[in-house]
Amino acid sequence: MNVDKQTYKKYVASRAPASPLVKDMFLAFVTGGAICAFAEGLYNFYLFIKIEEETVRTLVPVTIVFLASLSTGLGVFDSLAKFAGAGTLVPITGFSNAVISPALDDKSEGLVMGVGAKMFTISGPVIVYGVISSVIYGVIYWLMGVLL
Amino acid sequence: MSVIRLENAPSIIGYAAVVGRRESEGPLSDDFDMHDSKEKFGMDTWEKAESEMQRVALNLALAKAKLTGKELGAIFAGDLMNQCIGSSYAAECSHRPFFGLYGACSTFAEGSVLGSLLVERGVFAKCAVLASSHFCTAERQFRYPLEYGGQRTPTSQRTATAAGAFILSAEGEGPYVREVLPGTIVDMGITDINNMGAAMAPAAYDTLTKYFEETGKKPEDFDLIVTGDLGKEGHGIICDFMKNAGYDMSRVYNDCGLMLYSTQTQDMHAGGSGCGCSAAVMAGHIMKRFEKGSLRDMLYIATGALMSPASLQQGRSIPGIAHLVRISAERSGE
Repeated sequence: MNVDKQTYKKYVASRAPASPLVKDMFLAFVTGGAICAFAEGLYNFYLFIKIEEETVRTLVPVTIVFLASLSTGLGVFDSLAKFAGAGTLVPITGFSNAVISPALDDKSEGLVMGVGAKMFTISGPVIVYGVISSVIYGVIYWLMGVLL
Repeated sequence: MSVIRLENAPSIIGYAAVVGRRESEGPLSDDFDMHDSKEKFGMDTWEKAESEMQRVALNLALAKAKLTGKELGAIFAGDLMNQCIGSSYAAECSHRPFFGLYGACSTFAEGSVLGSLLVERGVFAKCAVLASSHFCTAERQFRYPLEYGGQRTPTSQRTATAAGAFILSAEGEGPYVREVLPGTIVDMGITDINNMGAAMAPAAYDTLTKYFEETGKKPEDFDLIVTGDLGKEGHGIICDFMKNAGYDMSRVYNDCGLMLYSTQTQDMHAGGSGCGCSAAVMAGHIMKRFEKGSLRDMLYIATGALMSPASLQQGRSIPGIAHLVRISAERSGE
């Protein structure tokens, strides 16, 4: 090809169709909002059936994680996520799906090296850097308490 | 490398294509020999399913050629899985000399080039060429888990669940493999796995222009020029660049990745990909057209994106390759 790599890259980028951002953002807003509204409903429901508020705060995410895992196992989560995009990825549903989907796939390699080892291939980095950043914030918080 | 003319052109005496559900729902549905809607082919893992699909394709092709596996001089086979296990397990019970190939989506043409050369030079009287890919094995290896909820970009291609087989023979009534042009690796710096068409198109351009320059032929001398899964993006790119080089391919050109699925109704983004995509289109649809006589002379250029998950994670660009095979209903002549 008588073009250099940079020109070719620019040409490729210019002709590639872009993702439909407005539609994607709208669907993410609606579905993500719906999931959060549902969780809020659950919160009120648990309070209504006289569960203690502190327990409810744990019970709501546990329920949402369970429902996302179940729908992943039933094979519906990915079809929903195809339309919802960030709407299902950003809430805790996305994290649940990221743990369960490799676990389902890799069960063919056994419970130890398959499910056990590969379950965290997607969510692993989130956990590692989540923990590291919480430590850093903790140190900053402590320093502020000491200095101010 | 220059165009190799096969004077005693080997004949394709048997062919078969086996596919999965979405492929069997596509526009070429009637041209495939078999499909499994569950895509597991009676197996308990996806990897075993792919091998089984390839094994079935080989047996169907052998049956059509009225041969038994024992009569094969060798098997040339490849797939996308690590260490080429799809092919080695498929060929395990045939007890024939086996060559495992890796050329990504170009594997079927790579095997056809090697197989037809060795048959023409008299090394083997008959040999089999096989290639397969399975959406579920490829997705696990190159992208995300199957049930992972993510979105794909419009330029991404779907790995086809498909297998194709050719039986090549020194004797036969055609169609014949008349010329081959092994490709060289071309890397234009594309790093996006979701735009493999753009990574492979320069290799296809390289091989095609070499072929036309050397033989003095033009695109319109052929009934059909088909690339092996450049998809929508690659298709557009190659048309642009060939036009600039003075070759108008618009009337005779198509791409296996665009033929396998309906891009309007099947939500396949930029089309199909994977070793099995062009293998099944060639060994299914194209061979049926030769059978009916609606195709007399064609060029098959299968393109491969030769990256690995590690090379992608290291940020390296995707090397492309394209092998050319000319298939014709006549054994000799221009």
